[in-house]
Amino acid sequence: MDFKSEGKKLLLIVAAFLAFFYLPVGRPRFDSAVMESLQLVRWYAREHVLLCLVPAFFIAGAISVFVSQASVMKYLGAKANKILAYGVASVAGSVLAVCSCTVLPLFAGIYKMGAGLGPATAFLYSGPAINVLAIILTARILGVELGIARAVGAVVFSVIIGLLMHLIYRKEEAAKAASQAAMPEPVAARPLWKNGLYFASMVGILVFANWARSGDTRALFLCCPGGLETYAIEGRIVERTDLSITLVDTKGQTRTMSAPLLQGVENLEKNSVSELVYQFRWALVLALLAAFAFMVTRWFRRDELAEWVGATWGFAKQILPLLLFGVLIAGFLLGRPGPDHEGIVPVTWVNRAVGGNSLRANLLASVAGAFMYFATLTEVPIVQGLMGSGMGKGPALALLLAGPALSLPSMLVIRSVMGTRKTLVYIVLVVVMATITGMIFGALF
Amino acid sequence: MKKLQILGTGCPKCKKLAENADAAAKAVGIEYTLEKVTDINEIMKFGVMMTPALAVDGQVKVVGKVPSPDDIKKMLA
Repeated sequence: MDFKSEGKKLLLIVAAFLAFFYLPVGRPRFDSAVMESLQLVRWYAREHVLLCLVPAFFIAGAISVFVSQASVMKYLGAKANKILAYGVASVAGSVLAVCSCTVLPLFAGIYKMGAGLGPATAFLYSGPAINVLAIILTARILGVELGIARAVGAVVFSVIIGLLMHLIYRKEEAAKAASQAAMPEPVAARPLWKNGLYFASMVGILVFANWARSGDTRALFLCCPGGLETYAIEGRIVERTDLSITLVDTKGQTRTMSAPLLQGVENLEKNSVSELVYQFRWALVLALLAAFAFMVTRWFRRDELAEWVGATWGFAKQILPLLLFGVLIAGFLLGRPGPDHEGIVPVTWVNRAVGGNSLRANLLASVAGAFMYFATLTEVPIVQGLMGSGMGKGPALALLLAGPALSLPSMLVIRSVMGTRKTLVYIVLVVVMATITGMIFGALF
Repeated sequence: MKKLQILGTGCPKCKKLAENADAAAKAVGIEYTLEKVTDINEIMKFGVMMTPALAVDGQVKVVGKVPSPDDIKKMLA
């Protein structure tokens, strides 16, 4: 018998036993947190997965297979134009880092063999935030403005961080001799317009299938302890009594709020184009699907298609389980959005820590985000939970920016590539930039 | 005796490449060793920045994608 490995198993069994022995089942707070977590998963299943993630996976798969990565890397090589390199590095994440696990090797490569420290850090900062899956999921779940702010904020501030890193270490950079990198072979070429139409039709399907109905009214509620925050629900009022108000929001979810929380109701003007699109959205999706099927069968070879479907399936297999766990944990800890949906963490705590748009709240959100590890895309349900518990929009953006860009494990890898001091400078820059972006966004929206 | 090295930090694609390389080498019937290089600085020494990558006897054969076992067989010949 191997005592070492068997001993480990014994310890595991004992630990599991103790955990279950003291499991606080029956305590209202724990029980409701478990229910919240299941409710949140069901909400994701009903609202998001099919309509939003399936096309998103196909787009991500297509990017990884059909977009020539070599042509992008050309602009990040050792001989590249330095100014252009910053611009390319700040947006290259959307093509090169379809999965966040490829960010670190690419960062090390750009730093050691390519355009140098500045573009490398720019890529490192923006990469995880601007991959297609992250943007689509953020926009769908946290709102379009936060999705766009995340992408734009990541791109703009990555250039600033890259330039600052370059300026701080410009002497060292000048002394470094670049070595030659091995590049992948270019993929089979197709005319640009064919590729363009192919991607455009997929994005169109994604957009129209998710077209949200605009509401009739917007109800404003004072939420959370002490009436600290105002938040709005767009939708249709179904029933209104002295005690409670029932609304169907624009996502089709029925929500009941207690009447004393209600602050006011505004009538919304309907946008007629948006309504028209909403009425005919399935027709539009079907038409696009037909066009898409035509393109796929005419323009692509069998093995290309097999590779594309394979890559898509690879992403789905890799990301869906992570997302499921992320949603379960977020629901358990923080509950669903809205009052009366608390998880295990009291809403008051969240509100005190990251409510509003103070410097402290933004700073706390970026520091927490920088050290916390988020598996691919799980930052979205976590931020959703935090926002539901009273986190302000500014701190939410700060967390979204600092979170996936850094984590304790990635800090260690980055340190092994560029040393302790540069890593510390980078971490400080990320935290400062995320805080500033959060403050600005929070003040604007 | 061929030396196969899989370069990658441990993402699912790297595992897939390792499986394919293993299958290809077995099918060709050569003597070989299979090594996974996961340290990012070691990977850089090969001049590789897009993982996964496959090196045969220290020479990088494929970068940034997972070739099929049939493709790898040709690289081993």
